[in-house]
This record gives sequence, structure tokens and C-alpha cells, in this order.
Amino acid sequence: MNLNLKKESLRKVNETLQSIDRKSNKKIFKISNPDGNHAICAGLKDEIEVTIDGHTGYYCAGMNMNANIIVNGNVGTGVAENMMSGTVHVKGNASQSAGATAHGGTLIIDGDTSSRCGISMKGIDIIVKGSVGHMSAFMAQSGNLVICGDAGDALGDSIYEANIFIKGKVKSLGADCEEKKMNKKDQNILRSLLKKASINESEIKNFKMYGSARKLYNFNIDNVSEY
Amino acid sequence: MCGIVGIYLKNKKYNSQLGKFLTGMMNSMATRGPDSAGFAIYSSEKKKKYKYSVCSNTDQVKEISKKLSKQVKDIKVKSISDHLIIETAMKPKKFIEILKNHDELSLVGYGSCIEIFKQVGNPKDVVKNFSLEKFSGSHAIGHTRMATESAITTDGSHPYSTGEDECLVHNGSLSNHNNLRRSLQKKGIEIKSLNDTEVAAGYISNGLSDKKSLKETLLDGLKDLDGFYTFISGTKNGMAIVRDEIACKPAVVAETKDYVAIASEFQAMAHLPNVNSAKIFEPEPGKVYSWGK
Repeated sequence: MNLNLKKESLRKVNETLQSIDRKSNKKIFKISNPDGNHAICAGLKDEIEVTIDGHTGYYCAGMNMNANIIVNGNVGTGVAENMMSGTVHVKGNASQSAGATAHGGTLIIDGDTSSRCGISMKGIDIIVKGSVGHMSAFMAQSGNLVICGDAGDALGDSIYEANIFIKGKVKSLGADCEEKKMNKKDQNILRSLLKKASINESEIKNFKMYGSARKLYNFNIDNVSEY
Repeated sequence: MCGIVGIYLKNKKYNSQLGKFLTGMMNSMATRGPDSAGFAIYSSEKKKKYKYSVCSNTDQVKEISKKLSKQVKDIKVKSISDHLIIETAMKPKKFIEILKNHDELSLVGYGSCIEIFKQVGNPKDVVKNFSLEKFSGSHAIGHTRMATESAITTDGSHPYSTGEDECLVHNGSLSNHNNLRRSLQKKGIEIKSLNDTEVAAGYISNGLSDKKSLKETLLDGLKDLDGFYTFISGTKNGMAIVRDEIACKPAVVAETKDYVAIASEFQAMAHLPNVNSAKIFEPEPGKVYSWGK
């Protein structure tokens, strides 16, 4: 089914996709002329496939559950923010805060993302084939962020229990983020994520892993004079 | 919030459509800034002539023209909505002094190729009032305002121009503008409003008058201007964009072989020719990007 945003309103298009008749066989949708509109495909909750042909604005595929959303273009701020499950695949670049606060699902970005990719992520898997901007994985709580390119300043600042896998250079690490030794279990996680994004598994050896040094978890008496 | 837009045409075949392009960009940024709007248009330079963009609070244009032509020889006055574009060979220093004696007129900007228009109201109405669609030129910069730092008045609207053929639009807010205003005023830079952006415009004018390049001045600004900002600055030769080091305020650039467009959001550029095949990127924090002749 084709949905043309030049002819139909964004609200109508989103309503159509949010209220799928589960008995119907209509499971594949295409959206044309997104023209940078905000909140396209926000709040989808059924197992459907939606392809967006063009560039989108803010919060594309926000709060996604179950749906598989493909964007043939760039996305604005907060793609797949607060996603619960499903897959979002961006063929171009993503703006700030990609996958912010998302609890689950997979976000694949073929290009680069700007700052704060995976900010406060709570269980999502994010795979970026390019580079990420500054303060990525800021306060990331759970889930995995795979970066095939480089990372900007303050990677993983105040990170909790999320994993960062990175192949390229890290400009600088944020507070309480440190390099970790990758064990078999971690390698298996990375292998399955690379597979999901159709990246050659042999690349595993080129990745480094970062996580929390856990020094901010408890109050340190040495810092008492700071308060 | 505020919306900022800019477009620089590399291919002259589009010059006659500059106003049309900017109209689309401003209209789609109306949601980011519904309080007031303004824009600066750069067209070809007229040798030994200056254009003064003036906001008038009376509709008696004929009388004003008559009064001015008694004081200034060889004057041409064009009226568009509540603005007048006054063309004369008289140099800025002298002409600005004359304008000061006309309480009904306030100078918005001046130079050999810049024209500036700004007004309170929804951007969609403002661009209509000034018939922006009909303008042609080489580059243009626009702003839609959601007021934070000063009152919703024409004085509080962008673009700000504090020097010949210069203009600045801003998305964000500055926190050290009061101190900076005082130190710039001591150096003789005239800053009329209480707005933070006008101070930044004055800062740039001061840098340029010290024979620094626009790029150098904007890089110095990263140290001296405290706050959040994405700036688009225009000069006779082109335009530049800079974002502060935190880069909270958005910006996206689309570049094709025919033009460079900048906007707060991609949707402002969706109507531009061949934009889907343009090189699209977000300016990195703390880096100056410029395009020009």
C-alpha cells in the first residue's frame, strides 16, 4: 500500500499505520514524499514493514513496537527514540540523539550520526556503520552501541551497564568510561549484531569494547570536599 | 526555539528565484518561531550607491521622501509594507546622522547590496507583506523568532545588522551579552536594543573592522560568546555558519552544484530543486563553514 505525504496528511498516514486490521494481509507499506516531516511512523505497534522514500524530520519511528521501518534517506533528531522492539534501518545519516532512551529493538544506521547517539539507552541495540558525534552513549543504561567508524568527544560519559563496541578512533572518553576486555560472551553479542547489519563477522578482531568503570556508582569519601 | 535559514546561489540562473526559495524556507520554519520574522537579501552591488533599509511608523511616505530630498540630493525611495529602501550616494556616517533627526524612521540595515526587512507577526504573513517571493539576488538569510531574550518588537527581531552589508541571525541565547554590550559600546559600536543577538552582531562588526576575516571573528566568538547558538552570518561576499561547542541548536546544510542552503530543519529545504540528491550534512560543533565569491 502506498501512502503519499504530498496527498495525505501526516496525521492520516500515521493513523492508518497505527490502526492495522490484524486480520488483513496488508503488511507492507511505502511512504513517499516525507519532505522532512516530523514524527513519521511514530507509535507503530504491529508487525508491519514500512519503507520511507526520502528524508525525514524529528522523531521518525519514535516509540516503535514490532514494526520494521526502513528509511531510504537521512533522519532528523531522535530517530527511534524510546523504541520498545522491532527494527529501524536508516540508509543515510542520522541527526542528534538517535535511539535515545530506547528500551529494545534494533536501530541500524548506514551512515554517520551526530551527537548524543544512544543517549540514556535502556536496552536497544544500535549499529552505526559510520561515525558518531560527541557525547554518544551518555548515561547509557543497558543495550549495545556498535560503531564501525570513529567517536567524537566524551564517549560513554556517566555510562551505566551498556556496552560500546568501536572499530575506529575515540576522540576522548567521558567520565567513568573505560576500555574493557572482550570475553567470549561479549564477542558473541558483537558477532550477532554485526550479522544483523550484514557486516562481515571477521571484523570482530578490529573492535574494542568500552563500558562503565563503576566509580560513580557509590559515593567516594575522597570527594567530600566537592560538596 | 527560533528557525534560521540561509541560501547562497552558486548558479546565477536561480537569482530571479531567490525570494521564492526563501519564502518556502521561512514558511516551513514558521512553527519554530511564530512571533516575528525577518530576512536580508543581497543583490548586485551598485557602485557609489548605498541602500538604507528603514522601518517607518507612519504611512506618509511621500512627505518623508520630500523632507529627505531637501536634505539629501539624488535620493530614491521605495516603499514596501512598513519599510522604506532609500537609495542615495550619500555616505553612511552622514546619512545616519540625518536619519537620527527623523523620529518616525529607524534604520534596520545599510550597505551597497543588502536590503533588510523585519516585522512582528507570523512569518507566513510577514513574507507576504513584504512580497518576498518577488525578490531576486545572490544570497539571502532569514529568521523566524520565538522570543526569549527581549520583547516581541521589530527592534527585537532578526536579522541584526551593525555594519555595512553585514547581518546575523541566531537560534539560541547568550548569557554574557550585557557585559559584552558595554565593552562594545565603549569601542564605539552602536547597539540599539536589549537583545542578545544584536550584541553578537556588534561583536562580529568589531572583529571585521579590526581587519579580521569573518571566519577568524566567528572562531574568536567561540571563546568570547557564552551561551547556546547556531549563527548564520551574511556579508557582501557570502555567508557563514557556526555552532557552539555543545551544538544543542540544530542546523543542516544541503549543497548542490547550484546552491548551498542552511536551515534549522531539513523540511525547510524540501522544496528546493534537486535537494534529494544534494550533499546533506550537519555542521560540526565549534567549526566555521563559509561559502562565497
